[in-house]
Formats: sequence, C-alpha cells, structure tokens
Amino acid sequence: MFEVFIYETNQLLEQLEQIIIKSENSNFYSSNDIDEVFRIMHTIKGSSAMMEYSSISALSHSVEDLFCFIREANPSLVNFSQLTDLVLKSADFIKAEIGKIQDGGKTDTDSNFLIDEINAFLENLKKNSSCVLSNSAGPRVNFYGTEKGNLEEVNAKKTYKAVLCFEDDCKMENIRAIAVIQNIKDYAAEIFYSPSNINDDNESAEIIRIDGFKIYFKTDCNIDTVRDILSQTIFLKSLSLDELDSDDEIAEIKNCGCINSKPSINKNIQLKSKSINQKMISVNISKLDSLMDLVGELVISESMLTNNLNLQGRQLDYFNKAARQHRKIINTLQDIVMSIRMVSLSATFQKMNRIVRDAGKALNKNIRLVTVGEDTEVDKNIVEHISDPLMHIIRNAADHGIETVQERVHKNKEETGTITLEAKKSGGDVLIIVRDDGRGLDKNKILQKAKKNGLLKKPESSLTDREIYSFIYLPGFSTCEKVSEFSGRGVGMDVVIKNIGKIGGSVNVDSVAGEGTVVTIKIPLTLAIMNGMIVKVGSSTYTIPIVNIVESFIRREEDIITDPDGNELILIRGECYPVLRLYKHFGVETKKQSVSEGIIMMVENEDKRMCILVDELIGEQQVVVKALPYYIKNFKYAKGIEGCTLLSDGSISLILDVSELLNSYNGREMTACQA
Amino acid sequence: MSGLIENKKEGELDTQKNKFLTFLLGKESYGIEIKYVSEIIGMQEITHVPQLPDYVKGIINLRGKIIPVMDVRLRFKLKAKEYSDRTCIIIIEISDILIGLIVDSVSEVITIPEQNIQEPPQMSKNANNRYIKGIGKIGDSVKLLLDCMKLISDEDFNTISKQYK
Repeated sequence: MFEVFIYETNQLLEQLEQIIIKSENSNFYSSNDIDEVFRIMHTIKGSSAMMEYSSISALSHSVEDLFCFIREANPSLVNFSQLTDLVLKSADFIKAEIGKIQDGGKTDTDSNFLIDEINAFLENLKKNSSCVLSNSAGPRVNFYGTEKGNLEEVNAKKTYKAVLCFEDDCKMENIRAIAVIQNIKDYAAEIFYSPSNINDDNESAEIIRIDGFKIYFKTDCNIDTVRDILSQTIFLKSLSLDELDSDDEIAEIKNCGCINSKPSINKNIQLKSKSINQKMISVNISKLDSLMDLVGELVISESMLTNNLNLQGRQLDYFNKAARQHRKIINTLQDIVMSIRMVSLSATFQKMNRIVRDAGKALNKNIRLVTVGEDTEVDKNIVEHISDPLMHIIRNAADHGIETVQERVHKNKEETGTITLEAKKSGGDVLIIVRDDGRGLDKNKILQKAKKNGLLKKPESSLTDREIYSFIYLPGFSTCEKVSEFSGRGVGMDVVIKNIGKIGGSVNVDSVAGEGTVVTIKIPLTLAIMNGMIVKVGSSTYTIPIVNIVESFIRREEDIITDPDGNELILIRGECYPVLRLYKHFGVETKKQSVSEGIIMMVENEDKRMCILVDELIGEQQVVVKALPYYIKNFKYAKGIEGCTLLSDGSISLILDVSELLNSYNGREMTACQA
Repeated sequence: MSGLIENKKEGELDTQKNKFLTFLLGKESYGIEIKYVSEIIGMQEITHVPQLPDYVKGIINLRGKIIPVMDVRLRFKLKAKEYSDRTCIIIIEISDILIGLIVDSVSEVITIPEQNIQEPPQMSKNANNRYIKGIGKIGDSVKLLLDCMKLISDEDFNTISKQYK
C-alpha cells in the first residue's frame, strides 16, 4: 500500500514538474496543461488524504483550488513565474514529505506557510481578473464551447428560451433532452439548460416530464429557423419558443448554480488522458528477471522438444506445423520480454530541466538545456544509477562552467549559456555526453591544487591533459574557494565516479579553456540489448556488434600481404587493413584456415578499421548482453571479449570487443612501424 | 515463541550439519559440504573461453545464468578423462559465486560425525593436499573432504596473469 502510494505520487510529481517547466519555458499554460495539473493535484490530494497525510492533502488541495480557478475563470493576468515558483515549491514540499515517509519518518511538517502563500496568490488573482465568472457560482457555470460555437459567440445577438415537453409515455426524457442539446449545439453559441444533470441522473427525466425541458441559448439564427430545428425532435408534444431581450434570465440560472455539467468536449479529453495513464503499470524488477530467465529456458526446452531423438526420421507434417507456430510465439515472447526492461532516458533527461532551471535562477545565470537522443533506450537498472551522477555533472556545469551574463557578454559569447545533454549508442556502449559552452577547466589551478594536496605521483610535465582533469574526481577536490549551494564541496565528482563505476562505466573529461567542458559517461552494456552478427569459428560461435561491422567479403589467400614481422595485411580499394585470423587469436581449432574458405568481416571503431577472418556467418540477431562470470573475469583471458550472450537455442556465444581487438592490433602495428 | 523459532533454526542447520555429498574422481572418493551444493546436473555443452587455465573448461548456461565450470580432475593435476554419461557437474555456491565442478560421478549424501573427521596430514610438498580440509572415515572407507573456498580462491590468479601478459 505504502509502496504504491509513494511510487504513484512520485510519478505524478515528476509529470507535474515536466508540465510546469515546459509551460514556463513557453511562457504559456495551455488549457490541457492546466487540466493535467489540476488532475495530478486532485489525485495526490485524494490518495494522501486516504493515507492520512494531512499536510500533503491540505497543500495539494490549495494548489488544486488555485488551478481550479485558473481553469474555470481563465484569467488573463497571471504572473506565470510566480505561479511556477509556487507549484514547484509545493511539489518540492510534497516530495520531501514523501521522502520522509519512505524513510519511515513522520510527516509532521506544517504546510500552512505554503498554503497561505497560495491563497494569497489566488486572492490576488481573483481581484485582478476582470472576469464576471469570479463570483461564487463562477466555477460551476457551464457552457458549450465547440469551436464553431466560439466563433459565433461574437455575433450571437439573440437569446432564446425554449421549453420542450415530450409525449407522456416516451420514457427516458433526459436522453431525448441530450439529443436536443446535440442538435442545437451546431447552431447556438452558449447553451444553458435546466434541469442540468441530464447526462447521468434519471431523476432529471421526472423533472422534464413535469416541468418540460428548458433551454436558454444564444444564436444568430432567426426564430423560425430555431423553431424548425427544435420541431424535428422526436416525441415532441409541445414547444414554446421565446426571444429574450436581456440576459437576465440566463444570469439568474447561472447564479442559482443549478446548472452544472462539464463541457462534453473536455470530458472526452479527460477520459482519453486517463486511459493513457492507466496503460502503465509498475512491476517488481525481480519478477521481470525471473520471467526473462524462464523464457530463456522455454526456448531451450522448445528446441530440445522439436529436435527430440524420438522424432528423428519420421514423417511429422502436422507436428512440424504446430512446432513452427510454437516457435513463432516463443520468439515473439522473447522479443517482448527483452524489450520490457528497456526504458528510454527521456524521463531522466527531463528531470535535468529542473536542475538547470533551479541552478540558473539561484546563480543568476541564463542557462538553456538542450537534450539530444533522449529516446535512447537503456536498461532500467542503468537508468536508476545514471540519474544522480548526471545531476552532479550538470550542477557542476551550471555552477563552474557557465559564466555569469556579464562575463559572457564580456567574452563575446551568447548571453545564454547552453548545456547539451546527449545520449547515443556507440559500439554497443551507451554514451552520455554533457557539454557546456562555459569557461572550461583551469588546468593550472587543478595542478596547483593537486600539488598542494600531494596528489601528484608523476612529474608534472609527463601528465596528460586527461590525467590532470581526472583529479577533479578525487574526493574532497575542489578548486572552488567558496562553497555554494550547488557545488564546491568537492564531494560531487567522486560520487559520480563511484556510481558510474558501480555499473561498470567510465567517465572522461575534456576541456578547452574558455570554450567549455565535455564530460562523457560511457556505460557498458550489462543487460543492454544490441544487434549482433553471429559468426562461427570452428565449433564456437562469436557475436560481433552490428554497429562495428562495415562490410563482409570473400578474398583469396593470395590477397594477403605479410610484412616482415608476420603481420598480415590486406589491400581493399586502395586502403591497407590489418587482418586478424580469429581462430589464431583465440586458439580455436578449425578446418577453414585459408582466407578463401572463410569470410572476412571489416570492423571499425572510432575511425580505426581492421579485417577479421571468420569461418562463416550465421545471421543477425538481437542479443542480451551478459557479463562474464566474476570468476572468469579474474583470469586474464584473451583480449577482445566483452561479454557473452545466450543464443536462441540456449547456447552461449562470446561477444567480441572490437575496440579492444583494434587496440591490441594497433599496438603491434606501432612496433612494426618503429622497426 | 521465540524459543520455538530458534529451535527450528537450529534444526534446519542440523539437517545440513556433517552431511557431505560424495563423488568420485578416479578411484578416490571426495566429500563436499552439502550446504555449498546448489544442484547437480548432467554434462552440458560447454562454451570455451579462450586462454583460460586448462582446468577452467568454460561457461555453461544454466537457466539463463552464466556459470563457469571447472574440471576438478585437471584442477588436481590428474589425467583428463573422456566425459561420459556418468560425468556430472556439481553446481556449488560460495560467497555468491556460482561455479560448476566436473566430476567423474556423484555417489551419495552421507553423514560423517565430527569425531570421525581428521585433520589432513601435514605433507608440505604435496600440492593436492592444500584443497583438502579433512579426512572423513566411514567404516573402512575414507572420504577426502574438499575445502571449496580454496578450490575457487585462486592463488594461481597472479601466476596466470603473468603468464599471459
């Protein structure tokens, strides 16, 4: 129960933040957004009241009130930045409370100060807004606002009052009344009717039967047209139609508040958005893991079943047909299970918007966040681990990287600093790059500080730039003299390293003084899904990441050139590439030792290319990358294997690490050149 | 109430205490503490991982888990033997590491009371000796009790990495 509440509320708050920040950026709250905020606050209010967290429910209630007013009255003069601040503050408060609940604490904090602030804002808004609807009945008045209706509202001069009575035994008078409303909706601008709750109240049928169905509407059609339209109503007993001179009667109806129904169009929208939200459910990860393992097992048992020795050599047409269907279903199942765990990075990236906004406001800098490739899908585990480090890096960029407005103007830079957050897949890795166009890292400052702290292990001159920059990851290392709210204590970057290290990733920093800093996070593909080409060498199968493959071709043995050091090279379209015979490299026995018998795959990574000789290609497949067991990792096994994967028949295939293969080969080439 | 639970816990421990799974390597009978054993499976297709020490045969797929397998014969520097349908893989779990041990055949689970377990004799030059935790006696027969921890914690790691550098 608690878990669900916490999870749901957090989700809602995240959604809320996204909407608010989006709206703030565009400086406009669309009616959809307002509805959504209203709905979110309403849900939080309801669930927190149910869980008896009065501070949360009271606060969300007041925010709900505020948005209720904005939604209904649609005041033109709203101080959006103040509104945004208020809502974000409230969201933060609720978040903090939820955090406390999560830690098993009590929610005793008083939210009254925020509520007061919101109420004051609301009062202010009410006073300022010239809208007539701000009287007590304001939020309850209904009117149909079809697009057409709105257009006609301007010249809708005549106001009619119609009273319709239906035949005595026609039944379901309220439904017929709805039909009438639908009919005149196309012609009339504003429609009010009584009884108002015809949509869902059967009692209204009784009232219509006795008093008739009263409709007030504005239209520019003349009275005869209107009479024609209304006369078409089925089971109509009597119709009285009057043209009203003033809006008094309508106003009366408005004020008595007896008319109450939401515009039907809005209702549809709400229903739609609700059903979208309900399409997501949260599942325990461990259940997904065991589901994935089970599907893997299912695949193996299926292939064991269909290849059963008892079936060999028999005519089994029907069986084979059924087995094929079976396999198809299992394959689909496998694909789906694989994709379940993948989550796009967009939610994480969205969160960073808030960080940048807050940091920018607090530091008085103009900062813009640009996100690229946020739909890159990453394993759920990785998403969870990446969020905190990213936050630190972005805060750092905002605080230390981006300069103040004056400084930027002085340096002839654009006033608004840009932080680019980019995600992409590279060679099976996921790269997350944070780029800022700020002042860059001060190499000398870092060096001095490192010297002072006794961190220099090598002579200063032999340190590469990267080595110098990597000092900033050490705990307690900060070149900043003063500690700000956001960074400077020097705890940030070592947390980054630790968290990324936990998921086996690495962090690199590059910087050009005066132009900016680039922090690249490389996450390995533990459990990431990738496309691989399955190749066979001898009896073993290997997987080469598709992203690394350039082309494959067959050549003759004579095309191979051997240099004096025994390195083999091949000339392809005028370019010379090193050749790696996989069987030789991994010490696998194979009959196809000659180049002409096998297939050459050209692979590349970061502009480096080489050719790999394999026996044959099996095919392309989506594979789940698994790390090699810890025990195996302890040994220094052959270079060039980054993990393994399970093939659909349950056998294991090793995944080649092309960058490592290239590096090991280039090392050899280097020595060859020197020789 | 709490007393009951404690009793139960002790009972659970008791059922595993002094019990050993015995298996054969050649003519010798070895014992392995039952608490380490997670399951016994038949011989499987093993995926070879290049350039590992010869006693690590490679990795297998056990219901989606990738598990390294070690040939205990080769580990003890005995002569390799062709695998047959008697050959078994004992999956053991020690400090969160799963590893499969390839043995000639699995015999039975026996109880060896503590008083029947002896310290192994100190033969400093005997290489095999270091994997033996004790010697259990059942009637006339002798079971060599394996120290699983030593089996997998490799003092060889360093030498191996040197070898392949």
